[in-house]
Amino acid sequence: MTTTTEPVKAVTPHNPPPTPLLERLRVPSAFALGAVLLLGIAPLALSDFRLALLAKYLCYAIVAVGVSLAWGRGGLLVLGQGVFFGLGGYAMAMHLKLADAADTGQKLPDFMQLYGTGDALPWWWEPFANPLFALAMTVVLPMAVAAILGFLVFRRRVKGAYFAILSQALAAALSIWLIGQQATTGGTNGLTDIQGFFGYSLDDPVNQRMVYFVIAAVLLLLMLLARQLFVSRYGELLVAVRDSEERVRFLGYNPANVKLVAYVVAAGMAGLAGALFVPAVGIISPALIGIVPSIGFVIGAAVGGRASLVGAVLGAIAVAWAQSTLSDAFPAGWTYFQGLLFVVAVGFLPGGLASLWTVARNRRKATTSSGSEVTA
Amino acid sequence: MSGLSISRRGLLAGVSAVGASAALSACGAKTGSDTSSDAGVKGDTSGSTVRVGLLNSLSGTMAISEVTVHNSLLLAVKEINAAGGVLGKKLDPISQDGASDWPTFAEKAEALIKDDKVVATFGCWTSSSRKAVKPVFERYKSLLFYPVQYEGLEESPYIFYTGATTNQQIVPALDYLKKQGLTKLYLVGSDYVFPRTANKIIKAYAKAKGMTVVGEDYAPLGSTEFSTIVNKVKDSGADAVFNTLNGDSNVAFFKEYKSSGMTAKSMPVLSVSIAEEEVKSIGTQYLEGQLTAWNYYQTTPGAANTKFVAAYEAAYGKGKPTSDPMEAAYISVYLWKEMVEKAGSFEVAAVKGASDGIKLAAPEGEVTVDGASQHVYKTARIGKVGADGLITEVWNSGKPIKPDPFLKGYDWASGLS
Repeated sequence: MTTTTEPVKAVTPHNPPPTPLLERLRVPSAFALGAVLLLGIAPLALSDFRLALLAKYLCYAIVAVGVSLAWGRGGLLVLGQGVFFGLGGYAMAMHLKLADAADTGQKLPDFMQLYGTGDALPWWWEPFANPLFALAMTVVLPMAVAAILGFLVFRRRVKGAYFAILSQALAAALSIWLIGQQATTGGTNGLTDIQGFFGYSLDDPVNQRMVYFVIAAVLLLLMLLARQLFVSRYGELLVAVRDSEERVRFLGYNPANVKLVAYVVAAGMAGLAGALFVPAVGIISPALIGIVPSIGFVIGAAVGGRASLVGAVLGAIAVAWAQSTLSDAFPAGWTYFQGLLFVVAVGFLPGGLASLWTVARNRRKATTSSGSEVTA
Repeated sequence: MSGLSISRRGLLAGVSAVGASAALSACGAKTGSDTSSDAGVKGDTSGSTVRVGLLNSLSGTMAISEVTVHNSLLLAVKEINAAGGVLGKKLDPISQDGASDWPTFAEKAEALIKDDKVVATFGCWTSSSRKAVKPVFERYKSLLFYPVQYEGLEESPYIFYTGATTNQQIVPALDYLKKQGLTKLYLVGSDYVFPRTANKIIKAYAKAKGMTVVGEDYAPLGSTEFSTIVNKVKDSGADAVFNTLNGDSNVAFFKEYKSSGMTAKSMPVLSVSIAEEEVKSIGTQYLEGQLTAWNYYQTTPGAANTKFVAAYEAAYGKGKPTSDPMEAAYISVYLWKEMVEKAGSFEVAAVKGASDGIKLAAPEGEVTVDGASQHVYKTARIGKVGADGLITEVWNSGKPIKPDPFLKGYDWASGLS
């Protein structure tokens, strides 16, 4: 896969040869097609129920955009995205619970009246009554946590499996802490029974569609943002760090900072996904942010192709869809199938399904020349 | 680099997409607006059969318990069909797998209501799964029958609770321990909502009735390391242990308990989540003589139970035990049938209206539906595990106890909710 020509390419990103028109139009037309499918065709073709399911899958796809950046491009095996997904989700759910309580004239969210110890709102809940603060926190909180963790970890040159284990431990720790604080976090039940979304009743199918549109639009925007990062000078540097960290350091860059940016951006995306998941599904709980779901977040990206943005997004959607559909037909067999899919994808098709075409083409080419192709 | 210009153009498209979606949002209903005129999603009663939903975890960690409940529900449906169905219509059971995952439960509940147009749904086990589906049933005004003892503090207009609430299981268990002179308690539980809420109630009770809680420990769900907790229990000088551990953790806990030299005589353990099925999987030698609190045992006398046990064995194999949640699931279908027949309609509002006072000669003894709380009057029964793995009753409350999910009738519980 890795050839010696790549780092050379990384330090000379300018002066590209003029690209043919067809090539230049490929990305915008693919994007336009995606936008038409998501915003135009899907809402018309799908029932309210199916559309709500798609909204949920798109939340996973948003996480996958971040995974594609951090893992696919940066080589950081982010096995703890559940933490950021959870922080974003809880920040949003806390606000929505407070808004629901205020709507019905209650001082405290329902679960606090049942399991809480006093009749005062905990101090750290209070600022979340402000919608702008809560919205900001859905992204700022995960990014801040990622920044602190990343700063400590990348400085010390922790990488590979150690980094993966560390992020897993964090996911486990957060979910255990949330369970322990039942009086203020709802414990294992999490925050459920969310009625409204910034003043709009979620009971109304029209508003559920609105939530879907918001999620689809956010996904498209974040894909654009990620695409821009991928093709920027920073994107080239990130790939260079993934492929040969020492060499990049030797060239005068600080790989720790390069990785930190990817990690923090991926965390912000996961936080946003968590925040959008709450109105779409109506629940956020420790079971959704622990170790198993954290692994789930990377499986989709791995199957679809982690280094390819579209591959990761489609992979995440396909795996979530398969889980919903196949688990009906084979309730006990699904988890084995999911595991098998992961093993096969990582073992035999490291570029995921997105690389299938390239792999096939290279195999044909291999007979005439020995040139290798870098998957995009 | 052509990338920058592409992105700029795309960004514009993206921003306009967000704008479009914001414009679309303008027509939705606001929160707090009156949606009560909305009839929800009605079950389909047009055919010669009506569909009922069975929502249990058939895969994942909860499957071991929930499959037995699923089997009991299917048994009841089959019996009702054999006897002619409900209002002349046969029941068509639609099984959905909650997969031990709470959002999946919500998703499948929605599928049952909207795609399958079921007239009622039976199932859920954990509090988390019930909390996840509760808004779905309330949103679509569809009925759920929930068959497991739980931590109380809930009354949903669209849920019937056929298992015990706290004043039908935990409070009588405390009464029993107090009567036996076992007043120093050590609380051991899994770390989730039921044990934490149960222990809050136990502490309030203890404080008011002169009992003492000498220790309280929680193990993560699925934890199997109990040497520390058991040592603390041993040194605590407690008279008894109140055990709210769930699932596999019980196996590890009781093994450790026995190997540290404690027995049912030296320090009895009263468990509220161990039924016949669990006794089998933990091993009778570890549990013999220990106490349990339920409303039904396989050994509960009465013709209705003899029939239930025999029918279950005939359907699922000789030696398959029946337990409290299984029985509560089994009767939930019959209770719904009685309600529908009294109402003369499958209509949710009519069924709810007909529910008060519905009586059934259940395997656990007579049960009566309390229409106000949508819970069931149940007799509390304390049992002791025998050498044969069966649980025999050592005490009961004498008569069915009125359900009181918020413990409003108990002075000592006034500060709880």
